[in-house]
Amino acid sequence: MDINCHPDGPFEIDGRAFGSRLIVGTGKYRSNPEMVSAIRASGAEMVTVAVRRVDLDRSVEEGILHHLDPAEFFLLPNTAGCYTAADAVRYARLGRAAGLNEWVKLEVIGDERTLLPDTAATLEAARELVADGFTVMAYTNDDLITALRLEDAGCAAVMPLASPIGSGLGVVNPYYIREIKRRLAVPIIVDAGVGTASDACVTMEQGVDGVLMNTALAAAEDPVGMARAMRLAVLAGREAYLAGRMPSREIAVPSSPTTGMLETERD
Amino acid sequence: MTTRPDRSGESGAASAESGAKVSIVLNGERRSVADGLSVADLVRRLGLSAGMVVVERNREILARQALGATPVEEGDRFELVHFVGGG
Repeated sequence: MDINCHPDGPFEIDGRAFGSRLIVGTGKYRSNPEMVSAIRASGAEMVTVAVRRVDLDRSVEEGILHHLDPAEFFLLPNTAGCYTAADAVRYARLGRAAGLNEWVKLEVIGDERTLLPDTAATLEAARELVADGFTVMAYTNDDLITALRLEDAGCAAVMPLASPIGSGLGVVNPYYIREIKRRLAVPIIVDAGVGTASDACVTMEQGVDGVLMNTALAAAEDPVGMARAMRLAVLAGREAYLAGRMPSREIAVPSSPTTGMLETERD
Repeated sequence: MTTRPDRSGESGAASAESGAKVSIVLNGERRSVADGLSVADLVRRLGLSAGMVVVERNREILARQALGATPVEEGDRFELVHFVGGG
């Protein structure tokens, strides 16, 4: 068997297949060329972008479409920075009007210090956007009840956080993530909090469908190197999950036979 | 909010040559622009490509194909947005 042959097929969100389970953001890179190189190295197919005012005093055009080709990547507009359902709906509609697709990464923030989501407002916005024809991927807390309600609201994917946005703390509650995955039928993408490759691997080992990250790549000393590591970590975590890990136990069990040993003198 | 002159170059619609001005709010800043422009003219005079921006006028998103037929009127509030890096 070809060891590079990957046993895991593509996964689907709202009927669209994605070969990579890694989704990446485009914020906070030191330069646009570095961003593009890192995204290519990550193997990601879906890439998030934000909607902001054009800087009318700009000296150079800084719109991301000058750097990312929508034919190469599936661009997912987000509602980052919105604190109310109404604002999130407005940003989502502006993103859709750009004409790329009818998808949105819905994000309604409830607290400036932690950037934790306002789950009530997220649910309200999700219902309105679904009714308006959007494919909604909703960022939320690692809370099962909210996740169930977002699924009921018609979200195409539910995206619980691993830990706060930009924190790099990794998965703080793997049990909650596993329970959300067990209980929902729509794809579960863990969004936010991954800091390094081991975090991405642990995330995927919980059985979730994918992971979304931005700062872990953009703020690494070498974003391209970290992107390569993340690609491998996501594959490793997925394969480990599919392979089924051994039970963990708090006692050693020898790997080599205990019989056939030579006679020794042991006090 | 600051007031600034229309620094865009003169071109296009003959109706804009009269010298009359209208006052609008563009991305939160008050600006004075030539009377008689369409939104497509406005976007072009700002040096932007209509294919790269989304225009919201008085809280209503304008379809790209409507930009040419939509007039810029006194007191209009515009938001010109585009995609930037984000997570």
